[in-house]
Amino acid sequence: MSTFGQVFVKNNKYKPKGDFHHLTPNTPIRDADGDWKLLGITNPRDMTYMHSYGGEAIFFESLSKGKIMATRCDHTDCDSKGTIYIPFRIHCPDCLSKNSVIDLTTIAQKTARIHTFMVCERSGAFNLLDKPIKFINIEFDGVATILMSYLSLGEPKFDMKVIPIFKTSVPTFTILDLSWVPEGTTEEQLPEGFSF
Amino acid sequence: MITFSKQQLKIPKLQRPVYLVTAGQSKFDRAFPDKRTEELCIEAFTMAARLLNISPAELKRYIHSCYYGHFADHFGDQLLGESVIHDRLGLDPLGNVGVKTGGATGGSTLWEGMKAVASGYSDCVLVMGWERMDEVPTDEGNFLISCAADKDWESPLGHIYTGYYAVMAQRYWQIYGKSEDSFRRTLAEISVKHHGYARFNPFAQSPMKITVDDVLNSPVVAYPLRALDCCLMSVGAACTILCDEDTAVQLTKNTKNKPLRIWVAAGSHTLRPADRQNMEIPLLPNETANQYKDLGERFPGGDRYPGFTGFLAARIAAYYAYGMAGITDPTEDLDVVELHDAFTISDVQTYEDIGIRPYGYGREYVESGDCYHTNPHTGQPGKLPSNLSGGLIGCMHSVGATGIMQTFEIASHIWNRWEELHGDEKIWQQFKRVKPSDWTNLQVKDAKRGMAISHAGVGSHVTSTILMDPDHLIK
Repeated sequence: MSTFGQVFVKNNKYKPKGDFHHLTPNTPIRDADGDWKLLGITNPRDMTYMHSYGGEAIFFESLSKGKIMATRCDHTDCDSKGTIYIPFRIHCPDCLSKNSVIDLTTIAQKTARIHTFMVCERSGAFNLLDKPIKFINIEFDGVATILMSYLSLGEPKFDMKVIPIFKTSVPTFTILDLSWVPEGTTEEQLPEGFSF
Repeated sequence: MITFSKQQLKIPKLQRPVYLVTAGQSKFDRAFPDKRTEELCIEAFTMAARLLNISPAELKRYIHSCYYGHFADHFGDQLLGESVIHDRLGLDPLGNVGVKTGGATGGSTLWEGMKAVASGYSDCVLVMGWERMDEVPTDEGNFLISCAADKDWESPLGHIYTGYYAVMAQRYWQIYGKSEDSFRRTLAEISVKHHGYARFNPFAQSPMKITVDDVLNSPVVAYPLRALDCCLMSVGAACTILCDEDTAVQLTKNTKNKPLRIWVAAGSHTLRPADRQNMEIPLLPNETANQYKDLGERFPGGDRYPGFTGFLAARIAAYYAYGMAGITDPTEDLDVVELHDAFTISDVQTYEDIGIRPYGYGREYVESGDCYHTNPHTGQPGKLPSNLSGGLIGCMHSVGATGIMQTFEIASHIWNRWEELHGDEKIWQQFKRVKPSDWTNLQVKDAKRGMAISHAGVGSHVTSTILMDPDHLIK
């Protein structure tokens, strides 16, 4: 019986384990309008990428613990000193020194509001979110940038106050572990696996 | 607050003038199950040679290096596709390089080709672009396109690029459009115009005679954007030949193609709109700082620049290109433009970024009738016609070829060959398309100068390509 492929790192090397490849044969593509002559071939294939989060790993790990981490330039001589970034930037885009990691959870809980939004009826292949997807872009007090995420409950509108929720139960360790709900939402109303 | 240094704002200078002498393109369509990409590229190259009254083999003898625009390797499952095309064109062992900047790939490829000639490295170069977007089902295609967003912070959110774009549309729609039905109808009018112009273009993929209401009743993709607000997913190829002056004169002798001066400039901005920081609006020559001081009062919420409503990359590309070519007012100095209408809303945003209208007033370009070949309100020629090819909405968005197709279109107007290159019955028959009985010649009369804007992602890369009749230069 096959198992889902998993990857570990040991001695600084990726160690894939399990079944990664589900083989499907090629099939001919024929012309239904032209005597079924051969036009081409299908090339089905499953691929698994092994992607490093690098210096952003702490952000994705923290989501599973109910925290939003951001970064801040603390370099004394930088014109951008004190600028806070979320999405997370490992290095300051101005002086390129390594940013400090800070906990933005409280600021997010108190000041998050919708800058813009979109209700999307369609998705690409491999989408894991329920449709329609309510994209929201979120402003925070004191933060230079505007985070993209999704609203799990309610209808978005400009300047609406929103509260972060986290997929702490069976987290995916992706950006999907962070979502938002309107201010006033109760714990019982949250989607399965999410908590404040 | 982002600021720019004097060195960064230097207007680029070319070591010597560069000329576009010919161009060609294939038919564009959603799929070509019966053709390989090389067949489409050879179709485009053969056309470019034909416009110079020489054979492809003769044209190849002039070429010294090659610049290939092809964005999405993963669509075609073929790395080093440039090498395949280069070999099939029979251009080995000339040096060649692939260029990839998303939707701006075509424009960026022209940028690289221009620099090669301007520097003296080559006297004659091939600039060729293509895209193969029919080798996966549409939903997988949407997934692959979404890979142009940030893979950790954006793509997992639905794997749908339209959604990442539409948050910008929503912001523009509410701030500058003031959520007015009239603004929504203006957006729809752009789609009607572009699908309508595509009817007169035998190369175009989506000719449609539709109404504003048809657009407003088309399926919602990401509100307020509907299916007919969106660009096409296409397959096809386009190319140009760029030269120094001596080669240009030699190649165009006794042809209908006059060598055209070409300038290409580029700008960039963050891949993620999330990372856009507030800044002052960089000004174009036809603007003053004072005119934007009260922008936030006129349009509440519009005081953040570029925010989610402007494309800094487009503004910077225009700033450099206008400086290079001597343009002080695009509406006055240019005769025809091809803009990157990925969506109706981004077409409007671009009017403002490149100075056709001030920030906040892009809709006026459409509502005044200035953007039409023939102004529907006056019956007179439009002041600055745009996207007479049908643009990305009506003609094609075969990504690596798009900016080159736009340049081909601008050149055909300045050569005064638009009618011949779009109206010839033989082309319609060759493409198995029916020339409409009300086919209209969209040649812009006395066109001497034009511009094409090539744009990537949600504004990560933008190029501005300016063509001018060398007898009508501004500086």
